[in-house]
Amino acid sequence: MIVQDIVEKLGLKVCSGANGLNREIEGGYTSDLLSDVMGNADENHIWVTLQTHKNIMAIASLKELAAIVLVKGYEPDEDAAEQSNEEGIPILSSEEEAFELTGKLYEMINQAK
Amino acid sequence: MEFKFEIEGGNFSKAGSASSEVKKILKQLNVNPKIIKRTVVSLYEAEVNVVAHAFEGNMNVDIDTDKIVVKIEDRGPGIPDIDQAMQEGYSTATPQVREMGFGAGMGLPNIKRNSDQMNITSKVDVGTELEIINYFG
Repeated sequence: MIVQDIVEKLGLKVCSGANGLNREIEGGYTSDLLSDVMGNADENHIWVTLQTHKNIMAIASLKELAAIVLVKGYEPDEDAAEQSNEEGIPILSSEEEAFELTGKLYEMINQAK
Repeated sequence: MEFKFEIEGGNFSKAGSASSEVKKILKQLNVNPKIIKRTVVSLYEAEVNVVAHAFEGNMNVDIDTDKIVVKIEDRGPGIPDIDQAMQEGYSTATPQVREMGFGAGMGLPNIKRNSDQMNITSKVDVGTELEIINYFG
């Protein structure tokens, strides 16, 4: 499953990093604590969070995450969006809350395995 | 091979840039991806600690054929009780820093988990020195 698949199925907004929509998704992690994500998320994971500042891209890049999904309609800060475009790691936005969104992503990722 | 990176206290927009450079170097050297991942986690946490707590610092990286040795030195408030700082969940980060999702008290424990050797010394009102060693074999 690639990032584009979840964008289409869940009707997500692509805020930035559209050049990375073909990145493969192998799992996911939901957390707003950056050290928690740093310590526990893995390569090709999709990350669900409400943090919108540039440091989410530092984490996504260092951990080689597939994409970041912001909840509740949040949008990335300008410098976060810029880095997302540069690195080709998409930042997406969902109108849903983390609980609902994570549940749907979990089901989709497990079905694709 | 030796590299040196400056870390600016308080500048969160640059946090992670030194770790990112080290990651690129390790990839170019074809180091085992699992070891790169561990090293990147520990270096990022160390870098964020300097940004969040110190005035300034630097990251000195020494890459040998069998290991990477990284020394992160800062000028800052220091750590009065290292054992307490090592406890998961303990943090002295400001409310603003916590709001950004930092300061969860997971930094030093993350470093310990993701390094083969971790040595930390600190002097209150002077600064902190952290050494991280990871072996490639």
